[in-house]
Amino acid sequence: MGEPQLCDLSVPGRQGIRFPQPDVPLSDLPPAGLLRDELPLPEMSELEVIRHYTRLSQLNYSIDTGYYPLGSCTMKYNPKVNEETVRLPGFAYAHPLQPVETVQGSLVLLYNLQEWLKEIGGFAGITLQPAAGAHGELTGVLIIRAYHRSRGDHKRDKILIPDSAHGTNPATSAMSGLRVVELKSDARGNVDLEALKLECDDTLAGLMLTNPNTLGLFDENVEEVIHMVHQAGGLVYGDGANMNALLGIVRPGDLGIDVLHYNLHKTFSTPHGGGGPGSGPVGVAENLVDFLPGPIVDVIDMGDEETPPLYGLVQPPKSIGRVKAFHGHFGMAVRAYTYLVMHGAQGLRQIAEMAVLNANYLLSRLRDTYHLPYDRVCMHEFVLEGRWPEVPDVHALDIAKRLMDYKFHPPTNYFPLIVHEALMIEPTETESKETLDTFADAMLKIAEEAHTNPQLLKDAPHNTPVGRVDEVKAAKELVLCCGVSALDRE
Amino acid sequence: MFTPHTDADREAMLRAIGIDHLADLFKVVPAKHRFPDLALPPAETEMEAVAELQNLAWANESARDLACFLGAGAYNHYVPAAVDAVLRRGEFLTAYTPYQPELSQGTLQAIFEYQSLVAALTGMDVSNASHYDGATAVAEAVNMAYANFRGKRAKIVLSPALHPQYRQTVRTYSTDSPLQLVGDGPESDLNAGPEALLPLIDGETALVVVQYPDFFGRVYDYTSLAEAAHAAGALLCVAINPMALGMLKTPGQMGADIVTGEGQPLGIPMSFGGPYLGLFATRKEFVRKMAGRLVGESIDNRGQLAYVLTLTAREQHIRREKATSNICSNQGLMALGSAVYMSLLGKNGLRQVAELNYHKAHHAAARIHDLPKYSLWSGAPFFNEFVIQCPLPVAEINDLLLEHDILGGYDLSQDYPALTHHMLVAVTEMNSHEEIEMLVEALREVSNG
Amino acid sequence: MSNIPANLKFAESNEWILVEGSTGTVGISDYAQNQLSDIVFAEIVVAEGDEIKQGDTIATIESVKAAADVYSPVSGKIVAINEDLGAAPEVINSSPYEAAWIIKIELSDPAELKPLMDAVAYGAHVESQG
Repeated sequence: MGEPQLCDLSVPGRQGIRFPQPDVPLSDLPPAGLLRDELPLPEMSELEVIRHYTRLSQLNYSIDTGYYPLGSCTMKYNPKVNEETVRLPGFAYAHPLQPVETVQGSLVLLYNLQEWLKEIGGFAGITLQPAAGAHGELTGVLIIRAYHRSRGDHKRDKILIPDSAHGTNPATSAMSGLRVVELKSDARGNVDLEALKLECDDTLAGLMLTNPNTLGLFDENVEEVIHMVHQAGGLVYGDGANMNALLGIVRPGDLGIDVLHYNLHKTFSTPHGGGGPGSGPVGVAENLVDFLPGPIVDVIDMGDEETPPLYGLVQPPKSIGRVKAFHGHFGMAVRAYTYLVMHGAQGLRQIAEMAVLNANYLLSRLRDTYHLPYDRVCMHEFVLEGRWPEVPDVHALDIAKRLMDYKFHPPTNYFPLIVHEALMIEPTETESKETLDTFADAMLKIAEEAHTNPQLLKDAPHNTPVGRVDEVKAAKELVLCCGVSALDRE
Repeated sequence: MFTPHTDADREAMLRAIGIDHLADLFKVVPAKHRFPDLALPPAETEMEAVAELQNLAWANESARDLACFLGAGAYNHYVPAAVDAVLRRGEFLTAYTPYQPELSQGTLQAIFEYQSLVAALTGMDVSNASHYDGATAVAEAVNMAYANFRGKRAKIVLSPALHPQYRQTVRTYSTDSPLQLVGDGPESDLNAGPEALLPLIDGETALVVVQYPDFFGRVYDYTSLAEAAHAAGALLCVAINPMALGMLKTPGQMGADIVTGEGQPLGIPMSFGGPYLGLFATRKEFVRKMAGRLVGESIDNRGQLAYVLTLTAREQHIRREKATSNICSNQGLMALGSAVYMSLLGKNGLRQVAELNYHKAHHAAARIHDLPKYSLWSGAPFFNEFVIQCPLPVAEINDLLLEHDILGGYDLSQDYPALTHHMLVAVTEMNSHEEIEMLVEALREVSNG
Repeated sequence: MSNIPANLKFAESNEWILVEGSTGTVGISDYAQNQLSDIVFAEIVVAEGDEIKQGDTIATIESVKAAADVYSPVSGKIVAINEDLGAAPEVINSSPYEAAWIIKIELSDPAELKPLMDAVAYGAHVESQG
């Protein structure tokens, strides 16, 4: 028996939260034509609401429950102290449109975060406005386009995207009206230099590069790649999803990356929340600073010996404009800030070192049993093939589902697209050697089962609240609301 | 610091990998850029970090310290304790996107229920699992409408009474695109209602976008606007304040094709501007054109009811450059919070708090209108926000109100140059009778001095 | 092994065309439907009377794990579209060459048929996809 839906738990007349009676004289309500007749929301007591959501939560896997080796998601521990600092009343009750003099605490926090992220990435300018990684990508691509147009160059409409890229990269480029051309990776998992050379012409707006890439590999020719794009007049966009491998190791800006988005919900420990919110700040090189979305936080009055500097919101002179309302995900900024003050430069380097150490260690335990398509030292993640030619009926999906019986969340499946039956594994730095060993043991056991008793994998998972879900039925008979039968197909 | 590695762990791992030094793992990084010295403050312990953040928070004045009459897209509402209690559960907070349904039925069912609640609230057929905020939701509605007509209609009619920041966001998203955005230029008649948009709607129009209540707080019935849009073959998008829908006629009833909104009033703290919640709902015929995640019902291989992300073939991870949107993350935690809020209040509670907002705002408006030198700018019906014409520039009045610990309303001259002395005042269930009196007295004093 | 009827011509993007006189009937191949797996949605995006060019998108097909656009292998004027496809997209899986035809088109330039693959060539093409 699953947990009932809200509409089934509702009992007419129940109410969880009540409000005081009006302490002002009542006014006439608007004419009846402007009022709604029915308000079909559930009616439940507070205890029933709490029980419902508590029971739902118990059906979830989470970082707090167990290990999530999801490649390129960086499922590191979400520190509880972040949840305290974000709830400080001075932060939680501040209205975004208050006069700046009344919110200097928030503005100083945002300003410092801007400065620190610039320092970590090697950038001259930054915006904290984008709401998520994909939103940051859109911002970055719009900046690249604005840069070329500002120089009167309307020919540049081509964006190069490696075949290993995350799906948001081409989707973002298309959304910005640019032409997407896919670049092959070479046999070592690097951007194929010959393929790149062919595309370096005067229609090149830019290259979107994830480095390390989704194979977990640092491009061995990264400086050459960036140089070639710059020589052709293009810009390089860095997808910062894999920053966890680079903290204190190398700054993308130093390598020549012109614009990069950070994922605060990956690298900087803000919680995933079951799908969001994220936060995608975008750092830029000197030549792009004027195009940043506004407003950004800056010192608007230097002050003197008596008065401290005054922080405010400024609009960059050639700004591409706003990408959302207000200033960005302040709540995620507070969490990232808390995380950064607790780490400092040495702590950040330790994160990257331990993340990369963990990945290489886990790889050493698995590489003899699972095929490693790109045999190189990996960074913070690696990709294995989830298949064996001798058991053709067993797919990566089956391995993933069987892992659930061993109480692990599966790694990322079927991505990147350039590896057949891909399993993308990222341990992160907060996992202990014991956890990694237990996971490796499970993976080895499953490999054995695949050969001796594959049905165990095909029927998996056995021990979870639900088994494999019929996705075809879900798509064909669309039921997207409580108590409503499948939407008609017309 | 959250890495658990002991020296013994590190040594064992290096041995297993077959290298001597940790630094060897980074040989691939160009030497001249390797291991930069980052100029960051030294690491603090948790105790010290909390103290530092506390000092920053204390440097703010907030709606906890001031009587808040500021709205304009973010509102000071009461957040019941039970909402945060649910959000702080690690199983919700630290869970990933529910791509593996067997391990995420909690998140999936919660989002499914959220979708149902939003559809019920807005009077529409389906809702998605949320967009980033009210502004980006409108931008996605514009993209959706443009894609719906396959590029054959490129005109978007924007009401000038749609939130200025939403219109700016739409403009950023449509820079250098074939879209033509009309209707909100400086020559627009701000005193007119939605009928002013009628002459702009024609066979080139893909979408008409209005706000409800509008940015000036006014409430209009958009039914005839919907009819006019449909007669021209265009779609209508209504951007809502969900709290107003606790008592007002739904955009669904009016004939809207798309409903977007800012869900912050539903149990989400103001938090200096984010994270908030982009509501997005539509009619069933448009469900496949809608961007963003969708949770659907199905069954599992044991015959049980189960929830799963569905219609994922529309999304970026499959469609890549052919996806209508690049959206990946949603506002999962905020959607959950708003669902808990709506469940706690329920049909009676949401109506009750909506009416409290309504009555307090109308009382405040009447009291201010009675002050010599102040008057209500519009006679249109309103919900919990209204515009007053003031004797002095709003910035000056607000400075003086702050001295009385009052956060005054929004200075409309920042966005509408013609509205030189006009303040947008919001009144919610959090403003007591005494606070309203304080505001009235302070306004009186300011106009005399 | 996928089914490849001998009387059809095929495009590299896996559409088939049956030519009868100056009219062509277009659909997607057995190989294509197999690659997509269970099809849950199909939408024809052109209408009777439309003049289209070779390569224009005529339909969108979705399964749970993939989505694909269908391109017309020839230019011409649409004389019929398969109205039944929207309600029962699964016929694309079960009957890709018969019940799941997508459009009928009056060819404007029969020379466009020449570079299309015949059944044998298409069979080799499918083999090479691995």
